[in-house]
Amino acid sequence: MASLKELKNRINSVNSTKKITKAMQMVAAAKLRKAQDAAEAARPYAERMAAVMANLSTAMSGPDAPRLLVGTGKDDVRLLVVASADRGLCGGFNTNIVRMARERIAALTSEGKTVKILTVGKKGYEQLKRLHKDKIVDHMELKDVKKIDGAVAAQIGDKITALFEAGAFDVCEVISSEFVSVISQKPRAQTLIPARDAIDESVERPDLAGAIYEYEPDEEEILAELLPRYINTVILSALLENAAGEMGAKMAAMDSATRNAGELIDKLNLEYNRTRQAKITKELIEIISGAEAV
Amino acid sequence: MADKLNFDLVAPEARVFQGEVDMVVVPGSEGDFGVLAGHAPFMSTIRSGAIAIHDGADVRRTFIHGGFAEVTPAGLTILAEEAIDIADVDPAEVERQLTEAREDLGQARDEDETREAKNRIEKFEALLQTIAH
Repeated sequence: MASLKELKNRINSVNSTKKITKAMQMVAAAKLRKAQDAAEAARPYAERMAAVMANLSTAMSGPDAPRLLVGTGKDDVRLLVVASADRGLCGGFNTNIVRMARERIAALTSEGKTVKILTVGKKGYEQLKRLHKDKIVDHMELKDVKKIDGAVAAQIGDKITALFEAGAFDVCEVISSEFVSVISQKPRAQTLIPARDAIDESVERPDLAGAIYEYEPDEEEILAELLPRYINTVILSALLENAAGEMGAKMAAMDSATRNAGELIDKLNLEYNRTRQAKITKELIEIISGAEAV
Repeated sequence: MADKLNFDLVAPEARVFQGEVDMVVVPGSEGDFGVLAGHAPFMSTIRSGAIAIHDGADVRRTFIHGGFAEVTPAGLTILAEEAIDIADVDPAEVERQLTEAREDLGQARDEDETREAKNRIEKFEALLQTIAH
């Protein structure tokens, strides 16, 4: 049985761990609210953007439609954009994203496709580089970013667009976490390029009642400006949902850690008291038997 | 009075305006245009400038930078890169940022930086002009 001093030390150390996890939980709760607000505020823009794109892509179906919209016509090289968090201690959040990425990589490879990876966020990069280091073409971290906004998304979007223009891949998928609720986040993969497939997946086509659109300037120019923005918007909402999901997962993880620490402290306290009692009893016996012997 | 126009102004960070209005005047890239209810389907890019939201005798002006206007049978949607309420703007601050952007343009090292600085100059100039009116 451990000595009293050892037990006391353990209780103290578990106690401070509990304080830390409690504090982290509260910080995560506060950040979660902010991140959730940001994710919700960005939603109308993303929705309207998708609707506008749906209208445009219906109108633009000729052979000279931009490649970002209709793709390269091939599907040989896939770029997976894996967005994860920069920090750990948020339960299975990062692991779930990475697991999904691994499954996608395995599935695509077995179909004979070449896979390239662009990771956003440190944790995803660290976990993926062990097995797929050769496939990672680029890596970005959001650690220094105070607030996730359009500029950050544009940075990533520009990188992807540049890679696409250079012919580095045919189809692009984004793997990130979908923010279902505070306690539930599930990873999802969505197509980003060609944009038409992405739109087909997500938006119902509005009924234009046969109306013909007028464009100013012409369709190509509008589309050329709109497409990169659309891509940035998709990335932005993925990042914002990720941020909210990370905080939700962290809050849940820290909550259960705090509870575990509490249980552990109770157990240790019981053991401590028993040991103390046993020690007192032993000392009493010693004194009594000593007195009897005299 | 004719029907009202359903108008949506959204920026990436927030929905700025949503509601029914009489008319919206939008600074299109090829000239300003006014949208009333029942406008034909139409889509245009936007240059930096103020949109004027007319509702009754009320005119609300909001500065927008970059984006798109889309008119569907359901109404008008403007997707703005940035939307700034003119009442919130401090002219001195804009002047300062404009000077800063001009300096950056002078020091730009590559094409990206040049374009980015030009973009900013264009935005602040348009903003100043809008305030002056």
